[in-house]
Amino acid sequence: MSGQRTNSYLKIRGLTKKFGRFTALSDVELDVDEGEFVCFLGPSGCGKTTLLRAIAGLDIQTYGQIEQAGKDISDLPPSERDFGIVFQSYALFPNLTIAKNIAYGLENEGHRKSDILKRVTELLDLVGMPDQSDKYPSQLSGGQQQRVALARAIAISPGLLLLDEPLSALDAKVRVKLRGEIKDLQEKLGVTTIMVTHDQEEALTMADRIVVINEGVIEQVGTPEEIYHTPATQFVADFIGTMNFLPANAIGKAAMNDLKVRIGDIELDCDYDEQLLGKQVLASIRPEDVVVGNNHDPADRNVIEVKIDNIEFLGAFGRATLSSTQLGAVRFMADFSANLMRAEKISRGMTISVSLPSQSIRVYAI
Amino acid sequence: MTMEIVKAKTSRDDKQMLGFMLIIVCYLVVALALPLYAILSKSFKNHDGDFIGFANYLEYFSTPALTYSIQNSLTISILTMVISVTVAFILAYALNRSCMRFKSVFKVIALVPILVPSLLPGIALVYLFGQQGMIKSLLMGYEIYGPIGIVISEVFFTLPHALIIITTALSIADSRLYEAADSLKTSKIKTFFTVTLPGARYGLISAAFVVFTLTITDFGAPKVIGGGYNVLATDIYKQVVGQQNFEMGAVVSLVLLLPAAVAFFVDRLVQRKQVAVLSAKAVALEPKPNKAFDLVMLGYCLLVAVFILGILFTCQYAALVEFYPYNLTLGFTNYQFDLMDGGGWDSFYNSLELASWTAVIGTIMVFLGAYMVEKGKGFNMGRGLFQFLAMLPMAVPGLVLGLAYIFFFNSPNNPLGFLYHTMGILVISTVTHFYTVSHLTAITALKQMDREFESVAASLKAPFHRTFRKITVPVCLPAILDISIYLFVNAMTTVSAVVFLYGPHTNLASVAVLNMDDAGDIAPAAAMGMMIFYTNAVVRILHGFLTRGVLKKTQLWRIR
Ligand SMILES: Nc1ncnc2c1ncn2[C@@H]1O[C@H](COP(=O)(O)OP(=O)(O)OP(=O)(O)O)[C@@H](O)[C@H]1O
Ligand SMILES: [Mg+2]
Repeated sequence: MSGQRTNSYLKIRGLTKKFGRFTALSDVELDVDEGEFVCFLGPSGCGKTTLLRAIAGLDIQTYGQIEQAGKDISDLPPSERDFGIVFQSYALFPNLTIAKNIAYGLENEGHRKSDILKRVTELLDLVGMPDQSDKYPSQLSGGQQQRVALARAIAISPGLLLLDEPLSALDAKVRVKLRGEIKDLQEKLGVTTIMVTHDQEEALTMADRIVVINEGVIEQVGTPEEIYHTPATQFVADFIGTMNFLPANAIGKAAMNDLKVRIGDIELDCDYDEQLLGKQVLASIRPEDVVVGNNHDPADRNVIEVKIDNIEFLGAFGRATLSSTQLGAVRFMADFSANLMRAEKISRGMTISVSLPSQSIRVYAI
Repeated sequence: MTMEIVKAKTSRDDKQMLGFMLIIVCYLVVALALPLYAILSKSFKNHDGDFIGFANYLEYFSTPALTYSIQNSLTISILTMVISVTVAFILAYALNRSCMRFKSVFKVIALVPILVPSLLPGIALVYLFGQQGMIKSLLMGYEIYGPIGIVISEVFFTLPHALIIITTALSIADSRLYEAADSLKTSKIKTFFTVTLPGARYGLISAAFVVFTLTITDFGAPKVIGGGYNVLATDIYKQVVGQQNFEMGAVVSLVLLLPAAVAFFVDRLVQRKQVAVLSAKAVALEPKPNKAFDLVMLGYCLLVAVFILGILFTCQYAALVEFYPYNLTLGFTNYQFDLMDGGGWDSFYNSLELASWTAVIGTIMVFLGAYMVEKGKGFNMGRGLFQFLAMLPMAVPGLVLGLAYIFFFNSPNNPLGFLYHTMGILVISTVTHFYTVSHLTAITALKQMDREFESVAASLKAPFHRTFRKITVPVCLPAILDISIYLFVNAMTTVSAVVFLYGPHTNLASVAVLNMDDAGDIAPAAAMGMMIFYTNAVVRILHGFLTRGVLKKTQLWRIR
């Protein structure tokens, strides 16, 4: 796992969380750099919130250490840690005005009234909500409440900002807008941020690095590009974006350092770990990486004749379901842009040749 | 890799909250657990305090005059349960599912019995159906003194409790079920039996158990109108006050404790199921007008209203009549309490004092305790003990608690003995007696708050007491006010726990009703009973205004 770095702001080592007999997180290792925006991504119930709450000290881990800014905080209660938090429910104090909500943390720090007022005004401007300070939370829209919750969390200038699915209660349009705003704000403040989400688009657009979690285990840590283009495990490949999985045999000509997989009657060039040689594997390729017609590299030998069984129109592109007698019963999908389809007159029932570029194929053990 | 289990450091907040919780646990141990232990051990001792094993129990069960009361108690309680739940169900049905007029008026009337002592309906029944009763002939020769009178009184007394529970159960019905039934052309009657009744079943069961417990532990009604018909509750009183046989009183108490405790625990189990029903996302049901049905329901509600108000008016009439049935001029002679045995007007003022203290101290203690146990962290054993102790008072009949207090506080080597006969012990016993319902109200209100408030506050470094003052209390204010009025009203009306504990200078209005009735001064007893009613009614109305005012002022945020 590539979660470890040196000199990082937040260090998590051997973190395990048990609820009775159930292990919600097991042996999590992770490093987060100062100023970084990290997303925890994974399916529902995988342990994202549990990890976030352990970092906050709200539900302390069973085993393992957490270090923040060089200080061991493993067993500290939340009040002795340095973080601001925003929950999915926002948890705004309903009986306090917006201004009072934002000032809540500042008042605990014992600032002067006039200073607090100034800072609150600043923060309201920062989150794009000037002139709303005397309203109560129930008088605001969901998106506005979210902004107030964010302002309240950053008011005390925490070293670490924790966001638990902050956008999932909002409707799609507002969500997209707030994504950008939160990211901009985070960059402006430079605050180290961890956001939990189960929405991959959110993670891909916002994060500097994504931590993919599955059943309490970190599957992969990497930049959005790494996660998308070189998924480390079958789970990640399947969870992010769309992926074709083709059952195959890993074969190879060792002398030429030439690795291949066999699917039906076809052999495809590709890279994989030589340990997989001779084993049953899954060869994977994203639909958009399947290249059509003559515009493939002539040096690439991964060309197959396929029949277009079906085309699903999806606006900017069409998703074709392809089959081939050479592949046997296996079918796979390819995305063709609307332009291409028009230019090549691609339609249902046609037979065309496509290439599966070897650098786009990833092979996973079964 | 080290596999050392991480032990969370306790923060200062956690320690302080724990401290508060332990203080209230200590209170509950002293005011509840130890007295209960005292009564238990008393039942195994003889007059001189020597341990004699089960000898008292053997004596009890071989005295038919005493064991007969078990049967009587069960008969009364089951009869009341069936009648009260049926009456309450139809009433709740009318108020929830019909489009009849005057619903809110009937709702208020149906809750009136909560405001009066359980002695009062008995007194009214004496005037209505007694030897010289106004409408005695309606009974067709049957005697009102005895089971009939007790059951009527208990139905009056338990009706609002059953109504509240069943109304809640009916109001969570999902209209989608009814639409489905409608679209399948199910007849109204069939829908009632296949949708309505099953939907309300937990409410009905819960109401049945509550009515059963209230009845079997009530002492006021059988005392006033029971005649020679002995029940467990009156036996305890007779053993202790009449015969000074404390040991036998303890035995009967424990016999009474058993069914009450069983009913209580079964009810808790059922309530847990009800929660699951509640949390399902339902669409509220809007009743549709139906002339015939609405008219029938209106008629029914009128009947119930006549029953409740009739009892109340009878008492007021009895209080004002100079000397029934010989001199029917109206006047205030019967209000000259100072001329009677029973404590005079002082007992009324004492009751006011008791109710006020109970409301203030009880509310603070209950809400603080609920907050600490709900929001604190760690020390789960203490937390469990607290929850158990907080639920226990509901299962302990007032008379048993009162008697337990005699044994515990009156024991010569108890340093708290000075409390005996004081206002202090009356407040302690009343707060303890009504702890459970108050506690549950507080817990429910606390659970309804976003559970992340505390997490956010901790991240903002706010000490818990600040968040408690600034957020928790204001948000829970309606519930807090509800707890205080509940405690006040019950402190005004309760007889059972305090009847063993009041002293020469701390006589109470409710006890005065009992004693004046006992001495044959029934009209003054009725007058005092009505004084309690008027006090509670006024306080209730004030409470309504206060709640509204406070909400208006501090809860602007509730208005969207
Ligand atoms: N207090 C608890 N007691 C027992 N099990 C728990 C507790 N909290 C969480 N779990 C379990 O731990 C697992 C991880 O839960 P967690 O809330 O971290 O999931 P999540 O990844 O945040 O999911 P979601 O996207 O649904 O919020 C789940 O299986 C959950 O049932
Ligand atoms: Mg979660």
